[in-house]
Formats: sequence, C-alpha cells, structure tokens
Amino acid sequence: MRLIDKPLALTASIMIAATGLMATTALAKSTLVYGMQQEPTTLDPTSDATASIDAIVSHNILESLTTVNESGEVRPDLAESWTISDDGLTYRFNLLHGVKYHDGTDFDANDVKFAFDRAMAKDSVNPTKGIFKPVESVTVIDPYTVEIVLKNKDAFFLFNVAQGDASIVAPESVENNKTNPIGTGPFRFDSWTRGDRLKLTKSPDFRDADKVALESVEYRFIAEPAAASAALMAGELDAFPGFPAPEMLPQFEADPRFKVIVGSTEGEVILAMNNAKPPFDNLKVRQAVSYAINRAEIIDGAMYGRATPIGSFYPPHGTAYIDLLDYYKHDTAKAKAMFEEAGVAGSTMTIRVPPFPYAMRSAEIIQAELVAAGIDAKVENVEWGFWLGEVYKKQAYDMTIIAHTSPNDMGNFARGKSYFYGFEDPAFTDLWEKISTETDMAKRDELLKQGQQYLTENAIHAFLFQLPQLGVYDTRLQGYWTSSPVLFQPLAGVFWTE
Amino acid sequence: MGYFLFRRTSGFILTLLSVSLVVFLVMNILPGDPTLSILGIESTEDARAVLRARLGLDAPLAERYVTWVFHALQGDFGDSYTHGVPVISLIVERLPMTLSLALSGMALTVLLALVLGITAASYHKRPGDWGVMLLSQLGIAVPAFWLSMLLVLLFAVKLRWLPPGGFPGWDDPRAAVRALILPTVALAVVQSAVLARVTRSSALEVMRLDFVRTARASGFSRRRILWGHVLPNALIPIITIVGLQFAGLVTGTIVIENVFYLPGLGRLLFQSISNRDFLTVQALVMMFAAIVVTANFLVDIAYVLIDPRLKARSR
Repeated sequence: MRLIDKPLALTASIMIAATGLMATTALAKSTLVYGMQQEPTTLDPTSDATASIDAIVSHNILESLTTVNESGEVRPDLAESWTISDDGLTYRFNLLHGVKYHDGTDFDANDVKFAFDRAMAKDSVNPTKGIFKPVESVTVIDPYTVEIVLKNKDAFFLFNVAQGDASIVAPESVENNKTNPIGTGPFRFDSWTRGDRLKLTKSPDFRDADKVALESVEYRFIAEPAAASAALMAGELDAFPGFPAPEMLPQFEADPRFKVIVGSTEGEVILAMNNAKPPFDNLKVRQAVSYAINRAEIIDGAMYGRATPIGSFYPPHGTAYIDLLDYYKHDTAKAKAMFEEAGVAGSTMTIRVPPFPYAMRSAEIIQAELVAAGIDAKVENVEWGFWLGEVYKKQAYDMTIIAHTSPNDMGNFARGKSYFYGFEDPAFTDLWEKISTETDMAKRDELLKQGQQYLTENAIHAFLFQLPQLGVYDTRLQGYWTSSPVLFQPLAGVFWTE
Repeated sequence: MGYFLFRRTSGFILTLLSVSLVVFLVMNILPGDPTLSILGIESTEDARAVLRARLGLDAPLAERYVTWVFHALQGDFGDSYTHGVPVISLIVERLPMTLSLALSGMALTVLLALVLGITAASYHKRPGDWGVMLLSQLGIAVPAFWLSMLLVLLFAVKLRWLPPGGFPGWDDPRAAVRALILPTVALAVVQSAVLARVTRSSALEVMRLDFVRTARASGFSRRRILWGHVLPNALIPIITIVGLQFAGLVTGTIVIENVFYLPGLGRLLFQSISNRDFLTVQALVMMFAAIVVTANFLVDIAYVLIDPRLKARSR
C-alpha cells in the first residue's frame, strides 16, 4: 500500500476545509427514524380525523393552498400569493407553476377545484366539513388562478385551508390515497408495514428538493411508553416528538445523546362540566368546582410540572391571551361553603375519564380535591370508543377531562346544546360570530379577550392546563418543530449536524 | 374415526357460529359509534350519516348479522371500517408475526419444560429438584410485562445485543429471528414454568410404576429409562396442558406485542376494539376461536397417536 503524497493530502484537507458546509451536509446522516405513539388508520386526511394521519401526510406528502409555520402564521404553499376583495368575500389564489404530483401528473387550478368540490359535496365524509361551510363557489379562472367566493366573512379561512382536511388531491390518484397517497409535497409515500413502520422518501421532483436534507423518513409506531423509552435508549429512534410519559424525561435529560424540549400545543385541557345537567346548570356549583381545583397540584402530580396552567379557554402563547389564573384562586373552604349554599354538599359527582395519561392522572388529583371540598367525587375510567359514544354523543356524564387540540376552537362554546358541553348562550354565540368574521387581527384579539373573560366569569368549565408537546430528540438533529400549532409536523427542514 | 371426525367438525362449526353471534351482539351493545371514531369530534352529523350509510351501518341489526354470516361463509369478511381495506388482508399481513411468535414461544416452552421437569423428577427431593421448583415458582410469579421490560433493559438498552422491539418481516430472516428472541423468551418463561411442574409430577407418577422398576432391574441406563420409557408414558397430561397453553399463548401475545411493539394480531385487535371497527374485531375473534378449537382438536389426535389404547377404543 502506498502512502498518499503529502501535497495531495494537504490539498484535499484544504478543499474539505474550504467547502466545510458542503462537506458536512454530504457526510451527515440523511435518514430520520421518528417515533410516534398513535398509528394512522389510513393515509387520507380528507376522510379520517386520526391526528397521526395529518402528522405524517399533511405538508410532507400532500400540500394545501396555504400552510402554517411553527408560530401559527399563515404562509403561501401551493398558492404563491392571493388577493382578498374589499368585502372580504372573494379570494383569488395565484398558484405555483410547474408543480408535479409524485405520479408525474401536473398540478393546476382544476385540482384545487376538484379537491374543494369533493370536500364540500353532499356525500363528502370530510372530518372537518365546517371548514368548507362558508364557501359559496370555487371557480377556475385560468390554469394557475383560482377564485373562491365565500358566503360570509371568515377570519380563519386562510388558516383553515392550510389543514390536512383541505389537502389538494388529484382526481387521477384520490381513489387510492387511503393506502398510497399521491401529493405534491417534499416526500413521497414509500411503504407501510401496518402496526410497525411507515417509510417516506424524498421526492426528487419537489420544487425545493435541494433544500430538503433528509433522503428518507421512517416512522415507528410505539404505543407503550416504557417501550418508547427503551427504543430511544437503545438508539433505535432519532426523535420522539409526542413523548407520552413526562415521568421518564429526567433519564433523557441526564443523557448527553438526547435533548428534551417542552413545546406548546393548541390543546387546552379542561375539566368539562355538563352544563345541561343539574347541578352543573347552576353557576354557583361550577364556580365552586373552579375554586376547589388546584392547578399547581394537578400539573405537578399529573404532568410532573411540565405544563402551563390556563385560566380560560385560550392558549398562553396566543397573541390575545389574558391571565385569568387567579379569578378563582384555589380555596377549598370557599368551595365547600359554596357547595353547601347550593345544596349539593355531599352529593355524588362522577368524572368519566378517557384513556389518556394526562386525563387519568389529573382525574385522581381532582377527585381528591373535590372530596376535600365536601363532594363525593368518583372517577370512572372509560375507553375511547365509550367516551365518544356516551360522553360526547349522548352527553351522559357529570364531568370529564379532555384536551381540545384544535386551533381557534373557542367556537366550541357556540355549538349549541347538542354539543357535549350542553351549553348555549346567545350572547356568546354572537361574540363568536364577531370573532370568526373579524379579519382585523388587533380587533379580533380584543374580542378573543372578551371571550376568555366571559368563559371564566361564567365558569362554563374548570380550565386546567395547556397540553405540552414533550419531545425527545437526538442532540445532532435540527430544524424540527418543537411546538404544534397545527396537527401537521413538516420534516422538509430537518437536518443532521455532526 | 369417521364418527369422531364428524362430531369434531360439527362442534367446530357450532362453536364458531355461537362465537360470532356473541361477538356481534357485544360489539353492537357496547356504547360507541364507528363513524365518530373515524371522523372525530369536529365532524358534522351529516358527514357521519353519509359515512354510516356507506359502511352499511344504517341497516337493522339482524339483517347486518345475517349478511355478515352469509359473506363470511364465502370467505368475505368485508372491509375494515377504519382502515378501508379488506379485513382479510389486515389479518394476513399480521398472521406470520403472531404465528411465528406463538410457535417459537411454544417450542421454547416445551423444550425448557421437558428438560427442567424430567431433570427435577430424576433428582427428586434433592437440590436439583429444589432448584427447578424454585425457578418455576419464580417463573409463575413474574408478570410477562415486567419480565419483558427487564429483558429489554438488559439485552437491548444495556448490552445492545438485540433490538428492543419491532419486527422487520421475514424478508430479512436474520433480523426477524433477532427480533423474535426476546419476545419468545418473555412468552416462554412463564408458560414453561407451569409446564415444567406438570412434567415433573407426571414423570414422578410414572417412575413409581412397575415397568420402570423392571427396566431398572434389567440394567438399562438411567438416561434411557428417563427419556425412552418414563417420558413417553408421562406425555398425556403434558400434551393436555400444552394444548391449553397454546390457546393462552396466542392471546398472551397481545401483551407481548405491545411491549415489543410488534405488528401482530393482538395489537390489531386492541386498536380495532377501541375504534369500534366491528368487522375487524369479529373476524379476529373468529380466528382466535378457530385457533383454540383447532389446538384442542390436535391435542385429541395427539392422544390417539401417543396412546395405542385410545386408538383401539376410537375404532
């Protein structure tokens, strides 16, 4: 074997130094193994509400007219720009040129019309049909211009069309999207071993393909928290953004291989009370419940301290947030007196709890707090299908604990008595009507503040904490979202450093 | 033998029919709505109504059951509500995983149990016997879930010899075998603890019989007596337990599949119940029932093969 000539070796090292950035990107790892607790049921976000479908498919495989960045701001996507008429009803979208689907077909305005018409159709099973409710018509002006006319102003329209429910799909491939989604995004679907793993590979035709560092992404589905922890520790996974067990985080924080990041989500965790059912139709009783609960204790016990308390139904990182945490400052004696005054002291209240760790753990603490305030509180753990059928659909419950993970969801309180809150107040419905049609951000924030104030004053529910996004990541990994303003988790910007 | 087969087959069909009726009723009485599970809590009532009609859930209960049985008899178990693909394909995808695990678990169970049980019997009331009894007591007491976690922590996290979970499929046999080692051990330890005790007591009983004393008096070697004479005659109770355990093993994989995140039938069943995916649950439960009934049938056949006296009787 011959030694390399010294000058040559020197030149080589200079070259490497000179092209340092290039060299590292060329040498760095280009695959990502991504742990996820919930496995998708299908791969079509336009016909199934399962959150992991959006997390994997939306804006990785399928794209929408607009997108949302990690701060929750609307950004152009398949529509490179748009204009809105003065009356706020007509949106004209200018589409990107030369975009191709993964099967080689071209994207144009007809696809947009097809996708919207399909989602709005009478026989559509779109899980969030409400997004399309304000849409009057979708018209193709020319191959790269589409005009959407609304029936009424909708402040959230551009935000909503970024979601997976409004994915732009092609008539040629939509039939098979449940098992083989064909989109225009940075990654194409590769393979799926149900129950185990799902693989995406980089799309060479993507318009910004040179900016996408990952060649392939493998999702691994691990439901059991202890197994997820072992898989990370054994080096099987590079990232686990929705890590299910806060109590296991310290071991990752102590390990230099990992970074633990607590990000935010749009999930407000509430102790919902059935406003239609006595005694919860009585404001005094609901207020007493609000006094009885101690958020600090709940967050410490249920979330190991890793959550931000909320005093109303709005995320603390939002621009319109107001601090109402002390409106019902924890006071067991006062709660007890109020329960007695309302004549419910000693009565039985049952918390029906869905099978989520945050809910089950919170329930036990809340039970103890209510007992301390003189209520015979009971906890009933139910499985998810039961919760949907009994609590949500039939409103057969006293209290329950649930996270509302959709953005801009204060409108839940305007859904009328048939919604599981059992709550209706024309005053609030009017307020929400104003919020959802106010396109001026500053004015809308003012109204949202009024909304928070209203919900807290009337103690519709007891508001607990904002659900955190607990993530464990390889320290060398960068460019991922640590917060979840929306359901999707785009990976186009993720890259490895060495 | 002909009558025996006829009785068995009709029993098989009757069992499956009654299982299907029970499962169907239970799934439909359970509170819950598949369309709500699929479309989520933001969905509108009319979208759910469209989906309900599309899935055929708007037909009366009795009609749905009869249709289901009729199609099932033709081998068509319908499309999964949640996955939108034929139920059969969901099961076929995962069957190799669960069967591999159940069979390898069974093989290791029998191997461990026979060796330990016979050893214990031959060292009756001596340290070897006590050691095996202590081990089997531990094996029975330890929950499979906890043992699995310990195995993962030691062999996957600490020593890095084996993967902590997942199943890459049989395309890569080496990786597949590696992935199956820890789950197999976790499954087999508990089961073989029970079986070892049965083997020991059954062997002890046979060892007291006259023919063993005769064999010993004839100067046969200890090993030949144990494995050639005692074991074959002690097999009937062992086979009975093995048959029962195989059924337990198939269902026991549900826990193991969760801990080792294996893409097997147990996990599918778990997810399908939670999603109110009636058709998938029905087909899976039918299949588990069929496996259990078949295992019992095979045990009966095995009796006849092992014990010539039974063959004479069944003729």
